[in-house]
Amino acid sequence: MNTSVKPLDMSANTSETTTHGAVAAAPRTTIRQTLSNALIITRREVRDSFRDWRIIGPILILTFLFPSLAQFVAAQFADFVQGYGADIIGERTIPFLLMIVGFFPISISMVIALETFVGEKERRSLEPLLSTPLSNTELYIGKMLSSMIPPLVSSYGGMTVYLISLLSGELAWRPPAMLIVQIILLTTVQALVMVTGAVVVSSQTTSTRAANLLASFIIIPMTLVIQGESAIMFLAPDAESPSGISSLWAIIFGMCIVTVLLLRVGNAIFNREELLGRTIDKLDLKNAFVKIGRAMRAVDIQGTPARSVIEWYSKGMRLSLGRISSSLRLTVVFFAVVLVAGFLIGTSPQWQLNLPRDLSLRDTALNLDQNINLFFGDHAVMGIFWNNARILIGATLLSIFTFGIAALLLTPLVYLVLGYIAAQLLIAGYSPLILLATLFPHGLIEIPVIVLATAAAVKLGAVITKPGQGVTVGQAWTVALGDTLKILFGLVLPGLLIAAVLEAYLTPIVVRMVLGG
Amino acid sequence: MIESHELTKYYDDFLAVSNVTLNVPSGTVLALLGPNGAGKTTTVRMLTSILSPSSGWARVAGYDVVQHPEKVRASVGVLTEQHGLYERMKAVEYLDFFGRVYHLDAETRKKRSLDLMERFGLTFALKKTLGEYSKGMKQKLALVRAMLHDPPVLLLDEPTSAMDPQSAKLVRDAIIELQRDQRTFLITTHNLAEAEALAQKIAIIRHGRIIAQGTFPELARRFVGDPLMELRIKGDLNGLAKDIGDMVSVQESGGDWLRYRVADPDATNPALIRRIMGLGIDVVTIAPVSQTLEEIYLQVVKEDENQVGTNEHLR
Repeated sequence: MNTSVKPLDMSANTSETTTHGAVAAAPRTTIRQTLSNALIITRREVRDSFRDWRIIGPILILTFLFPSLAQFVAAQFADFVQGYGADIIGERTIPFLLMIVGFFPISISMVIALETFVGEKERRSLEPLLSTPLSNTELYIGKMLSSMIPPLVSSYGGMTVYLISLLSGELAWRPPAMLIVQIILLTTVQALVMVTGAVVVSSQTTSTRAANLLASFIIIPMTLVIQGESAIMFLAPDAESPSGISSLWAIIFGMCIVTVLLLRVGNAIFNREELLGRTIDKLDLKNAFVKIGRAMRAVDIQGTPARSVIEWYSKGMRLSLGRISSSLRLTVVFFAVVLVAGFLIGTSPQWQLNLPRDLSLRDTALNLDQNINLFFGDHAVMGIFWNNARILIGATLLSIFTFGIAALLLTPLVYLVLGYIAAQLLIAGYSPLILLATLFPHGLIEIPVIVLATAAAVKLGAVITKPGQGVTVGQAWTVALGDTLKILFGLVLPGLLIAAVLEAYLTPIVVRMVLGG
Repeated sequence: MIESHELTKYYDDFLAVSNVTLNVPSGTVLALLGPNGAGKTTTVRMLTSILSPSSGWARVAGYDVVQHPEKVRASVGVLTEQHGLYERMKAVEYLDFFGRVYHLDAETRKKRSLDLMERFGLTFALKKTLGEYSKGMKQKLALVRAMLHDPPVLLLDEPTSAMDPQSAKLVRDAIIELQRDQRTFLITTHNLAEAEALAQKIAIIRHGRIIAQGTFPELARRFVGDPLMELRIKGDLNGLAKDIGDMVSVQESGGDWLRYRVADPDATNPALIRRIMGLGIDVVTIAPVSQTLEEIYLQVVKEDENQVGTNEHLR
């Protein structure tokens, strides 16, 4: 080993130097600069991937060998089904196999992503990278691209090989151009979903072993989506349409939304604080419950617990309501939009019920109690309460796994129906007072309470996509859960109970008065 | 330079670093000492803008670690505890990659890489894949990476821990040379002899708190007392300890020698020699007894343990 001493020469130029020549971070305001920095990471990682025979081997096989095999199978299958006069089955198999040819290589993208994100964390090679001036976003984009580029190149290559062998083969059937575009788009968004999902999975673990186990949460839904897409390709009535299969467009659109949400979660999670803050994969339920309990009792942002119920309501509840204020505004707007949409749908001729105009409302008024009992039995109050509560609790639970979307889709459905019914009643010439009487005695409490519960659920689901400055996703989520539970137990459930009492006892009286019973 | 004021870091409820205040001027080496889990790595990570402080502030190379994290990271070279090299890459590719990350032009990337590799005796391994490197070679390469962009501040976690003595000396020499060139260093190490040899300032951290900080003589005076001197005379002591007891504090003695502590040796020793000579005793030698950083460190930790014990008892 050469150990001769040579004086250090630190005088060479850098792009922008300080006194000692250290690089002052270049301003990173433009997308181009961000992308340029990200590509430094991408180039290194792609090169690294192509040096690993465990990655390059399957990619080569799936690009060149598998498409030819798939084409051969398609030709044999088409010949076979033609013998039974079922040409259509053979024809529908061809785009299905094109999709499979495209999908198999992108399944590798998740393996690369897990390796790139959690593998690097496990090998402790991430910290030197985190010590560089690259921003979290540049690192994230760089790694995302490096996970996607090799499998996508293989996927597009495989599909090209498949299509060339199809066009140069004996099969007469040619897939519609738009269907090919759809399959290419599906392949791309599926790769995006898997990679962005892998980042989220990686963030929850410190070992590739644990990450691979958690990856089932991506693989299984993705497999179900593929099965659904296959079924659509075989069964869709518009399979030959020049504008493509409409259901596939819907799936592409849905996957784009999922990708955007996962990208936001990934970008929120892939930061230095999160990456180095988590050291072991340990489930500490006791600690988690303690923190959630503390967040529930908190009356200020420092987490000071309430000293009395009055303080909890006056200060703690105000704190939580303030934190969900943006979700609250969104929910109110969304509910209003849904109500108006329901009304507009109800006014369009093809959706109108054409209610009879000469109904005896007096009979309805007389049978009101009987109708309530029909739905809720003898315990109308608890029946109404539980009916509303379970919907809100269910929507909240689903929100956790859907970034808040479930709450925004499920709870406003009833307002869509209300808008629709309002339209029918008005078109049939009934007084709007009837609707107001059936809604407002209890609705004055029930509607705000439902809006609050929905907003809290939206916040709880969406907070992981934007945890806030200097706060980890876990911390933000714990606080959001504390707020949700605080609002649920402090306002929503008591509100629903009061609303149920009003709905069972007061609303029927008011309705009877309006209907003239 | 590195400045921090009451830098504090919580991991959820766990207080990892508490009120760390440091001041390391340019051209100074600070050794941050402390047991495992004391908060050294978290402190370094905050100073590198990898982790954000829960409270307090820090400026590195003139940049605030919270306001200008990218500028801070561009101005520091970091040697992490785990070197984390990419094993499938060759050294030349590895350095080129990091050179690109720091926006060095192609010529500079090449020149710096070659110079530093030669400086640390790694030229022969430039084209070897990093998986083939020994542990010591990996550590040297990680140091090369930290120095590649010529940062004014270097934060080095155990810079010579895996190295053979010859390589460790190369690294120490490089640190001394760069320090003379006004680079600022923060070194965390368990090698107290190395810290003593390199550092002008020492900070000892325990349970996330800085429990002692200062220059070596300052710490020695504070924790193990005044400088210790050894006096040798010709013949037996014959009650000399009593005769000089009003000038110095005699600690121990033998047949022809004694050890004493004195606050200001430069002022006291000449007068002491005059008095001994006046008593008709010949002085053979008078020399300082070296105090090691290890003694100081152990004393500091012991005092802190006692302090913490007392506080807990009172609570």
